[in-house]
Amino acid sequence: MDVIRRGILLAAAATLVPSYAAGQGSDTVKVGLILPLTGPFASTGRQIEAAARLYMAQNGSTVAGRKIELIVKDDTGTPDITKRIAQEMVNDKIAVLAGFGLTPLALAVAPIATQAKVPEIVMAAGSSMITEASPFIVRTSFTVAQSAAPMAEWATKNGIRKVVTIVTDYAPGIDAEKAFSEPFVKAGGKVDNVRVPLRNPDFAPFLQRAADEKPDALFVFVPAGVGAQLMKQYVERGLDKSGVRLIGPGDVTDDDILNDMGDVAMGAITTQFYSAAHPSPENKAYVEAFKKANKGMRPNFMSVGGYDGMHLIYEALKKTNGSTDGEKLVDAMKSMSWTSPRGPISIDPATRDIVQNIYVRKVEKVGGELYNVEFATIPNVKDPVKAAVAK
Amino acid sequence: MLTILFDGVAYGMLLFVLAVGLSVTLGLMNFVNLAHGAFAMAGGYVTVLLMSRFGVPFLACLPLAFLAAALLGAVLERTLYRRLYDRPHLDHVLFSIGLVFMAVAATDYAMGSQQQNIRLPSWLSGRLDVMGVGIGRYRAFLIATCGVLVVALQFVLSRTRFGVRLRAAVDDRRVARGLGIPVDRVFAVTFAVGSGLAGLGGAMGAEILGLDPTFPLKFMIYFLIVVTVGGTAGLVGPFVAALVLGIADVAGKYYVPSLGAFVIYTLMIAILLVRPQGLFARAR
Repeated sequence: MDVIRRGILLAAAATLVPSYAAGQGSDTVKVGLILPLTGPFASTGRQIEAAARLYMAQNGSTVAGRKIELIVKDDTGTPDITKRIAQEMVNDKIAVLAGFGLTPLALAVAPIATQAKVPEIVMAAGSSMITEASPFIVRTSFTVAQSAAPMAEWATKNGIRKVVTIVTDYAPGIDAEKAFSEPFVKAGGKVDNVRVPLRNPDFAPFLQRAADEKPDALFVFVPAGVGAQLMKQYVERGLDKSGVRLIGPGDVTDDDILNDMGDVAMGAITTQFYSAAHPSPENKAYVEAFKKANKGMRPNFMSVGGYDGMHLIYEALKKTNGSTDGEKLVDAMKSMSWTSPRGPISIDPATRDIVQNIYVRKVEKVGGELYNVEFATIPNVKDPVKAAVAK
Repeated sequence: MLTILFDGVAYGMLLFVLAVGLSVTLGLMNFVNLAHGAFAMAGGYVTVLLMSRFGVPFLACLPLAFLAAALLGAVLERTLYRRLYDRPHLDHVLFSIGLVFMAVAATDYAMGSQQQNIRLPSWLSGRLDVMGVGIGRYRAFLIATCGVLVVALQFVLSRTRFGVRLRAAVDDRRVARGLGIPVDRVFAVTFAVGSGLAGLGGAMGAEILGLDPTFPLKFMIYFLIVVTVGGTAGLVGPFVAALVLGIADVAGKYYVPSLGAFVIYTLMIAILLVRPQGLFARAR
């Protein structure tokens, strides 16, 4: 019954909405921002909302003669709710859907975006396959593989031969494990893969197992938050002193919580696309404005996804002269490139996914606070999963 | 190998402190209190707040966490729980699970949903090498503290006047009342102490288990496993159960990481098949 009803709704939406969306009658352009603002992933939502509002405060709310209205809704990180909100927004003549904190949330909305011909700007979720779910999806965040794969290259070059990976047993964790292990093994490295259950109270046994293998480095990917627990136990077990390096994609040393982790995080080497310590004038201005507008909260990698997502929407509207036709907007977004606080980025016209620099960073103390300090750059990295398929 | 055993014992001890209050309320007072984890969470947050906002040292936070959770327990017992003592178990469950959701939402609102971190004093972090066995200092501290607690609790329950009264009140409330035992007060104190212990467990566990608003839901299942496996007759049962489960969990995850998450449940099922009333309970 529910399925049928949903089907009818979708069909209705599909026939009705494009005509509304394309209509130039009203002057406002509604942008719907769907984010997890409560629940375990609220940090992502808070960061992106703050960044989107900052962008609008800095760049005004009028583009190509039309007023931008930002509608922010909380989906608590539950796909059913994301889908319902997106459907309501589409019924309410939204021009662009944006946000999406997690992969299942972005995927839940994909069919709605396709049928209603509304661009879906993914500002956070990081599974490679997301952009393939709908021709209307454009991503301004990252893919997990994109930030994990360069680590294999760096590790090989820096004398790391044997690695134990510890990842949480869920889609992004497995993405990261694969993205790192495959190129690393190909380059002659040895890997032992350990997966940790998502609801895991204590990392002790997994870390002990890793320690007993005496690897050169420990590759870690766990959801933000429990990263701190893992780091602490890594130090408690004396792994740092026995010369086992901690490496991984930058999610573990998320700027939002890095300072609270304390000195245990020092020395961790990660690869990612954004650090609040990125040394560019654009970023300095961004971090300063962001902190000022949000009671000193430090922007993290999720926030730039939101900031650049708004930029993308603004620029696309300028290109279409204010037309909110979904296909025109997505076409305008393809192959767009600009300098973001994170560095130079562009949208790959073939995949609608982001192309960006990946930086190798080390956690250091700067002015009494912990930061990911970048020390090497791997330029213009495309999502390796889709790049491998295209070859 | 010995390191694994050691980690398992430390983890088990922590489980015991967290769950012992529940085994008291459930076993002795016959009240199904699913909100037990909420008191543990309260203790954890008290510690985080005291340490980060007021700079109270970690050790001083522990008794304060106990007191705060005990006080909260006492207040709730007087105002809410006692009305439900004579009601059927389903009412207990519905009431306390409601309380859990309220606690989760309230904590989320007040403190935010992110993981809270505490910073241990340096003499508690790091590890020692004792005859080739690596021992985490904090885990050693956990074992020592919990060991003392177990002995103290067992002593109170079996050797003091209060313990006798409590056991009498549980066995037959009416007769106990007739003999002049202040059953109400005994229950209130017991409940408060049980909550306080949970708070202490939450404070000590924050370092290892993490702390966020979903704590009571995340760990409810572990508390319940400890209590069901241990039986609810006294303290020895849950204590042994917590140790067995702690060691089995850690060892399972070490030796067969791919099945690690299931070891604890498999063990629970196996034990309950053999002894449905729990390891140490009298058959009813």
